[in-house]
Amino acid sequence: MPEKPDSKRVLEVRRLNVEIPVPGGMLRPVQDVSLHVDRGETLCVVGESGCGKSLTSLAIMDLLPSKANRTCDEMQLSGDNVFHIGERAMSDIRGDRMSMIFQEPMTSLNPAYTIGNQLAEALQRHRKVSSDEARERAIYLLEKVGITAAASRLGQYPHQLSGGLRQRVMIAMALMCGPDLIIADEPTTALDVTIQAQILHLLADLQREFRMGMILITHDLGVVARIADRVAVMYAGQVVETGTADQIFNAPQHPYTRGLLDCIPIPGKTKRGARLGAIPGIVPSLVGHMQGCHFASRCPQLHEACKMKNIDLLPTAQSGHVCRCLLTQGSDAAARKAEGAVS
Amino acid sequence: MSDIVLEARDVTRTFMISGGFMKPKRPLHAVNGIDLRIRQGEVLALVGESGCGKTTLAKMLLGLLPPTNGSLELDGNPIETMDRLRIAQTVQPIFQDPYSSLNPRKSIGSIITLPLKVQGDKDPGTWRKRADEIMELVGLPRRVYNNYPSQLSGGQRQRVAIARALINRPRIVICDEPTSALDVSVQSQILNLLQDLREELGLTYLVISHNLAVVEHMATRVAVMYLGRIVEEEDADTLFDTPKHPYSKALLESVLTPDPSLGVPDTHLGAAYPNPLDMPSGCRFHPRCIKAMTHCSTIAPRKIPFGDGHVECHLYDENEGKGMLAS
Amino acid sequence: MTIDTAKAPATMENQEPSPGAMMRKRVFSHWGFMIGAIVLIAIFLMALLAPYISPGDPFDQVLSRKLIPPIWSDSAKATWDHPLGTDHLGRDYMTRLFYGARISLLIGFGAMLISGVIGTTLGVLAGYYGGRVDMVVNFIITTRLSMPVVLVALAVVSIVGSSLTVVIWVLGLLIWDRFAVVMRSATQQVRALDFVTSAQALGCSTPRILLTEVMPNITNHLIVIATLEMAHAILLEAALSFLGLGVQPPEPSWGLMISEAKGMIFFDPWLITIPGLALFALVLSINLLGDGIRDVTAPENRN
Repeated sequence: MPEKPDSKRVLEVRRLNVEIPVPGGMLRPVQDVSLHVDRGETLCVVGESGCGKSLTSLAIMDLLPSKANRTCDEMQLSGDNVFHIGERAMSDIRGDRMSMIFQEPMTSLNPAYTIGNQLAEALQRHRKVSSDEARERAIYLLEKVGITAAASRLGQYPHQLSGGLRQRVMIAMALMCGPDLIIADEPTTALDVTIQAQILHLLADLQREFRMGMILITHDLGVVARIADRVAVMYAGQVVETGTADQIFNAPQHPYTRGLLDCIPIPGKTKRGARLGAIPGIVPSLVGHMQGCHFASRCPQLHEACKMKNIDLLPTAQSGHVCRCLLTQGSDAAARKAEGAVS
Repeated sequence: MSDIVLEARDVTRTFMISGGFMKPKRPLHAVNGIDLRIRQGEVLALVGESGCGKTTLAKMLLGLLPPTNGSLELDGNPIETMDRLRIAQTVQPIFQDPYSSLNPRKSIGSIITLPLKVQGDKDPGTWRKRADEIMELVGLPRRVYNNYPSQLSGGQRQRVAIARALINRPRIVICDEPTSALDVSVQSQILNLLQDLREELGLTYLVISHNLAVVEHMATRVAVMYLGRIVEEEDADTLFDTPKHPYSKALLESVLTPDPSLGVPDTHLGAAYPNPLDMPSGCRFHPRCIKAMTHCSTIAPRKIPFGDGHVECHLYDENEGKGMLAS
Repeated sequence: MTIDTAKAPATMENQEPSPGAMMRKRVFSHWGFMIGAIVLIAIFLMALLAPYISPGDPFDQVLSRKLIPPIWSDSAKATWDHPLGTDHLGRDYMTRLFYGARISLLIGFGAMLISGVIGTTLGVLAGYYGGRVDMVVNFIITTRLSMPVVLVALAVVSIVGSSLTVVIWVLGLLIWDRFAVVMRSATQQVRALDFVTSAQALGCSTPRILLTEVMPNITNHLIVIATLEMAHAILLEAALSFLGLGVQPPEPSWGLMISEAKGMIFFDPWLITIPGLALFALVLSINLLGDGIRDVTAPENRN
């Protein structure tokens, strides 16, 4: 596959918003989301259900439901604009330069066609190659994703494969055209733990080998810690904190990230039967406009200033670490005092 | 031991699965010769991947599914001979998905008081009071009494399910993946609640889960299940410190602790989970086992007692394994 | 001991309205449902109040006043005494139309009730128990489906003799198949849900589970099928009456009115148009109502 050494950045998204009209107002499930992924880098987007992580990925792929409306300052794939370029141009890019892996491999493979057909189709849709070449690449990739007797699998139908194998086929299919970017939405959630470890291992290996950018969307902090280079934590439609895996897990800044990390029992660290941390309250409704910090209703370190105005995602003391919290922006004291501390 | 409250002896459950058009039915051994003892006050965790038979076993322990073979005893009485209502007084389940475990057409109040009605509780005047008590205990505000499940959040629904299970004060609660359908922050609340209720009400738990982090947090004993057999049973400390069976080891290695300094573990397990209709010969685990020896594919391992528990693996069989204990 | 998590849900707000309130809102904003309901209520009132609002008697023959056209025709014979004219025997057509609504609704409702009881019982039992029960019920359904409804109905009616009761029973015993098929699959889906297992684990008796756990969750399907089958029965009755084997003259059935008018279609087309339109309006309104009920009740389950 042709390499583009000049553009290191695979994906750049700035200020992505998604709005969906619902009875009773405008649902704003994705608000002001900025992400970037470099070649060979894994970005994990982590958050609880309803935080907007899946819609963000669908917005990047331009696969949102038709009534949803997205706006964006910038959306570039390896330096080329991919925002509002029309359905035809977009469908040329999907599956070619960026591809997606979904949670449920049973429903994302077509049960009426053989594995071989679907793999070849994924390549021939975008490249002028002969069936033999497509078949060859399919076998090559099936072997790459750890499927033994790959040639004989080509004639099989999805229902003849186990869940883990189907997910491997999905990954092979996503790799057929050698994409710059892979978006994996909860790729291991439907799988058993031992299979999950294998699939993640595989994804990490392949991503390194093919030097792709990867966005992995998950709710599982364990997965994030093990596979991410960088992490974006989402809450109520917004990215609240972005940093390297080390920064997020060892020195989390945002109260939500800290709360989340307290909630999970860690074998070896948390004492058996000890109480786990909890984040009281529920996620606020995202219908209409919200004033102030989205986490304000559940935050243990709430200040008056938090409710006054919208808070921006600003750098913290460490490089590459940004956080959407008044406490980390300037000194604590300044934050406590002032409504006007953040512009 | 006399304080065994629920016991399974050599329990087997076989389903007949149709093999397809014009093909004979084939037996599926969902649970295949299991011995299990649950003692008063302990938290026994049943760990295994999907399809290993843990849900079938749970249904049998609840008296909802008769075993094909073997016997089940509740407080020393065979479950088959017991009245459904009497079993219900002692054992209650909590399910994984709080969205499907509550009838959407019923109000929270009528869901929580259903056990009282079913048991023919003589005094309907006290139902509301008892419902209020249990709702407070599980942390539900009183005003949801007249609400419907669709108006509640996932965590609240799970609390309703717990309240329903506990209102008749059973002694044993079978929790089938009690938190895996919940968000992380809600999950910790439910785990805390389950721990609190255990202390307060002196409950015995059977926790069925594939989430080993949750299991390690809650369990006092652990039974690892693979394809219808319990391949290892130990007290939790021993199992998590020194797992013996290669499958237990692989499971423990697969746990992803949130530690960014570690990479994704390589479990070295064979990929394919075998088709339960076409069970491997000998030791069921041998096609995926990295320590498989020649006789593993022909001879089924026997149960080898180890301290308080047991393991089923040729590696530990002194007659055959010959000092291969070290790994 | 305190349970500090107990405080957590206390801060939660139950913003979502109750299912009942949401349902009412959806009902009033659903056009098909409202139109269907209004037309059906109108026809129902017409049938109920027939003796009071009819201009005449449905059986009174005044041969001297036969074949008077309805008032909108240009003919000089048209008169307000007979707003919809008279038939070939001089009976007031509007009166016969009103009384005919009674027969159509009675047959539709009766046949729907009988078929509903049979089909629902079979379907729910098959769906809940599965296995052998399911096999037997499936066999019965297949047997029933292999019988052509109209031919069997014709044969039975011609042997037993024709009357309103016979028609209701024959139709009711013939058209339960859709009830059975839909109730069976709906029950299978509900049965697999954890709240049914939970009720079993609480020691609920099977009839109790079927009535309080399963049935409330399949009633929306039941109502939709009931409306469809009611419309189906009404059309079948019209067809049987048209063929002369349904309701017998001089009863004022709409199907019979169409049959009696078929010879005069070129000279007095209103005779066939009026009962035809009435039949069309009734069946359409029932179907609109059924579709509306499906739309109105479905979203609740999806949440």
